Parts: sequence; C-alpha cells; structure tokens
Amino acid sequence: MSAMLEVKNIHCAYDGVPVIHGISLEVEEGELVAIIGANGAGKSTTMRTIAGLMHPVSGTISFMGEDISNMGASKTIKLGVSYVPEGRRLFSKLTVKENLELGAFATKDRKVINERLEEMYDLFSILKNRKDQIAETLSGGEQQMCAIARGLMSKPKLLLLDELSLGLQPSLVERVFEAVAEINKRGVTILLVEQMVQEALEIAKRGYVVQTGRIVHSGTSKELLCSEEVRKAYMGM
Amino acid sequence: MDNFVQVLIDGILSGLLYALVAAGLSLMWGVMDVINFAHGEFLMVAMYLCYWIGEILGIDPLFSWIAGGIFLFFVGALTYKLIIKNSLGKAAMAPLLATFGLSMLLKNFCMNRFTPNFRLLSGTIMEGKTFQFAGAIVSVPQLVTAIFSLVVLLGVYWLIKKTRVGWAIQATAMDKEAAELMGIDTENIYLLVFGIGGACVGVAGGLMTTYLAVHPEVGSLFSLIAFVVVALGGFGSIPGALFAALLIGLVESFTGFYVAAVVKYVAVFAIYLVVILIRPKGLFGW
Ligand SMILES: Nc1ncnc2c1ncn2[C@@H]1O[C@H](COP(=O)(O)OP(=O)(O)OP(=O)(O)O)[C@@H](O)[C@H]1O
Ligand SMILES: [Mg+2]
Repeated sequence: MSAMLEVKNIHCAYDGVPVIHGISLEVEEGELVAIIGANGAGKSTTMRTIAGLMHPVSGTISFMGEDISNMGASKTIKLGVSYVPEGRRLFSKLTVKENLELGAFATKDRKVINERLEEMYDLFSILKNRKDQIAETLSGGEQQMCAIARGLMSKPKLLLLDELSLGLQPSLVERVFEAVAEINKRGVTILLVEQMVQEALEIAKRGYVVQTGRIVHSGTSKELLCSEEVRKAYMGM
Repeated sequence: MDNFVQVLIDGILSGLLYALVAAGLSLMWGVMDVINFAHGEFLMVAMYLCYWIGEILGIDPLFSWIAGGIFLFFVGALTYKLIIKNSLGKAAMAPLLATFGLSMLLKNFCMNRFTPNFRLLSGTIMEGKTFQFAGAIVSVPQLVTAIFSLVVLLGVYWLIKKTRVGWAIQATAMDKEAAELMGIDTENIYLLVFGIGGACVGVAGGLMTTYLAVHPEVGSLFSLIAFVVVALGGFGSIPGALFAALLIGLVESFTGFYVAAVVKYVAVFAIYLVVILIRPKGLFGW
C-alpha cells in the first residue's frame, strides 16, 4: 500500500529559473508531517506544487494513487487536497462567513455547508462572533483561524498549512498549533511548513528539512529535535 | 422652477440608462482588469438586433430587450473565449488592442450591411407617449427604459453580493489563485463575467431602441460616457457606477440646459478630470 501523498523527485522553476532540485517526500494517511527550512529554501514552492497552483518541471506527485502532477488547484481540492497558503490570502472584502462558504465551493448541499460552518464555529469559537465581519478587519490571529477554517470547509483528506505562525504573537502561535493538533486528531492528514521549528516538531510526528531546493534531513520529530545540526541551523542553539 | 424639474428628471433618466451600460464595462474591468473597447459596439449590436426584430418580426422592444440581453450574453462570453483569453498574459495592451479591433470589425460590418443611416423603429407601443409630472413632461419610453435599467442593475448587484456565484466572482477578482484553491474554476468565472457584462449592455441597447435611432456610430458616445462612469465610480463597483452615472446624467442635462447644449460633454469630461486628479481610484470601488 502506497502512502496518501507521494512526491517523487520533483523539480520546479519560476519562469525557467529552477528553485526546487529534486524533492521527494511521503505522507501517510492520518500523519502530521512538518517541513522546515530557512527563508527561500523552497518550502512554499513545494506546497504550491502539491496543491496544483504550479506544475513540476519533472517528477511526479500522486495523491491516493492518482497522479495529480498536472492537475490544477481547482481540481485537486475536489480530490481532497486543501492548501492554506502563506500569508492567509483571505478574500479581504468579503465577510468571514462568505470566506468560509467559498471554502466549501465544491459542495452544493446547503445542509452539509451549514453543518460544516457549525463545526468551524465550534473549533474556532471566535469566528462565530465575527462571522459578519469583513475579513480584512480581523486581527492577525483571527485571520489565521479564518484561513484554516476556510481550508477545512471542503472537508479535505489532506490539509497543507503554510507558515501559520507568521506574524502571530507567541501565545497565539500556541493556540493555533493546538487547533492544528486537534484537527489532526479528528482525522485530517496534515503537512505543514513552519519557521517555528520547535513548536512545529512538537506537534508533528515526522519532519523534513529543506535547504536550497533539496531535502537535507528527514526523520521523526524526536530525531530532528535532537540533531545537533538542526538545532544549530534552525533553532539558534 | 418647471425647467428645473424637467432638467432634473431628464438627467436622472439618462443617468439610470448610463448606469446599466457602464455596469457591464465596470464588471469586466474590475474582475479581470480587461478594458473592453468593443463595449459601445456591443450596445450597437443589441440595438440593431432589437431594431430588426421589431422591423421584421414586429416584436416591440418592450419585449425584445430580453433577446438583446441573452444574445449579448453569448457575444460577451464568446468574445472572452475567442479574443480575450488568447490575449491575456501577453503584452499589457494586447486585450485592449484586440477588443479595439473587434469594435472596428463590428462597426464596419454594420456600416457595410446596414449603411450609415439612422434607423428608428416606428409604431412602437410607447411611441411619443408622455405625461405631466410636477410641471415637467416625462417621456414614457425613456422612463420605462430607466426603470428597467435600474431593475436589471439591482438584479446584477444582488447576484454579485448575495449568491455563491457572486462571491466566487468577487473572490476571483480579489485573489485569483486563492479562488482556485477554493475549487473555483476561474476560467468559467471570466466567461460568466464577460457574459453578464455583455448582457447588461445588451439589455440597455434593446431598451434604447424604443426611442433612439440606431446607426453604426451609436456606440461611440455611449462607450465614452461608460468609461467616464467606470473611472468615476471605481472599477468593479456597481453602486459606484450607479452614482457616477446619475452624476454624469445630471451634469449633462444641467449644463446642456443652463449653459449650452454644445458644452454638456465638456462639463462631463471636466468633472471626470477633476475627480481623477483628486481621487485616482474613483469615488467608490471594491
Ligand atoms: N513568484 C516567484 N517568482 C520567482 N521566483 C520566486 C517566486 N516565488 C518564489 N521564488 C523564489 O523561489 C525560491 C523559493 O521560494 P519559496 O517561497 O518556496 O521559499 P520558502 O521556503 O517558502 O521561503 P519563506 O520561508 O521565506 O516563505 C526563492 O529563491 C524565491 O526567491
Ligand atoms: Mg514560504
């Protein structure tokens, strides 16, 4: 049995300039896996490629046995891959509720959408009070919760989370990570990209370390947290 | 005083029509950053269509405007599919020049087929009907056109603000990639936006044939006014288009009456320049 997500030796480029030079990784169903690495290492590019916003120059990506390497993002989400992009990318002039509704765009059944809305308000109670507020007027933390909730509205099998902690104060980071762990417990497989290495590896089961477009380390979170190199390079210790 | 009411009513009535013409343009511009230079010619096509429907089939524009809306929906969608789509992402001016070419094509086609003559339907249901209101004479065809324009405009506004498809249109306008991540097929949204934009101007053109003559140049002035309205109202904003169009309609009728008919467009473009200098993003906007 193959893994839920299999990325095999992908190379990616922007306008012909290569930035990913052969990345391979796997995520098993139910896992929570972290990708860590310095700025510009290629973490977001990898995520964007998995989500279908861009296509690998070579290599393949398969999700639950299906080749999605050249599938567009509007199709991969229907298979169950949901990407919460770096910088949240909420629809700034729409309300929280409208943002969430769009997260379930592929679903036409009103009842199902309402159930999911309730689920999200249950997971992030703050969103319930703010549901009619325009997204751009939310605080940074609220925006991040809204972005995660929007990503969950499609009931994904695999959730890709890119730099959730960006711009959040430490106490909020902790809360957001708690929510992520909770979502994983509820059965959603998660692949997340993080700069907050310690925090990310605390909730993740395994991790990959990316450096200038390549994977340079991988292992269980414990192994990575103990690794001298990782501690030096990414945790400033 | 009577004159004042008359001029006021005339301004409002033309303003409401301008609003619908401009709304289509505004939507295309706001969602896709595409300037449809053939917008005036879309209007002309709808007018010819409803004129010939009236002339040949004897169906009054009071009803055939629906055909104008539907036909122009497809003209708009097809324009996107065949012309805009291929020119997007190329040189910055490509879509603009491509639609300019389309406008030339449509205009000259009509010139060639239908001659440059002005054609006005006669014997329409509302022809020449007027009534007195507060000392002013209100033209029934103009009033009906204005009311229908407003209703269609509000319908489009409702669609965009209150329906899921409308949110998807707004989402695509705000962040195309993020919209795709939601499962929105942005290609279809673009097609739809061009269709709706075409339908707006199609309805307007159809209604206008009740009291205005159609000729190959009829689109030029209306498209110019539509550009001013969109720039004033803010790209993509329908309430903005409505208010700006009313403003333009009023400026036009007041200067036309109290100053001189020949300067009314001078005033319109002067207002445009002033507002653009003070507020480059228009008075409203997404
Ligand atoms: N749209 C783009 N056009 C051209 N180059 C890009 C683009 N986006 C990213 N790159 C380049 O690709 C490389 C990888 O960028 P990427 O965004 O994947 O890094 P990252 O690991 O996510 O970094 P960060 O931690 O800062 O988010 C960088 O060198 C970056 O400059
Ligand atoms: Mg990144």
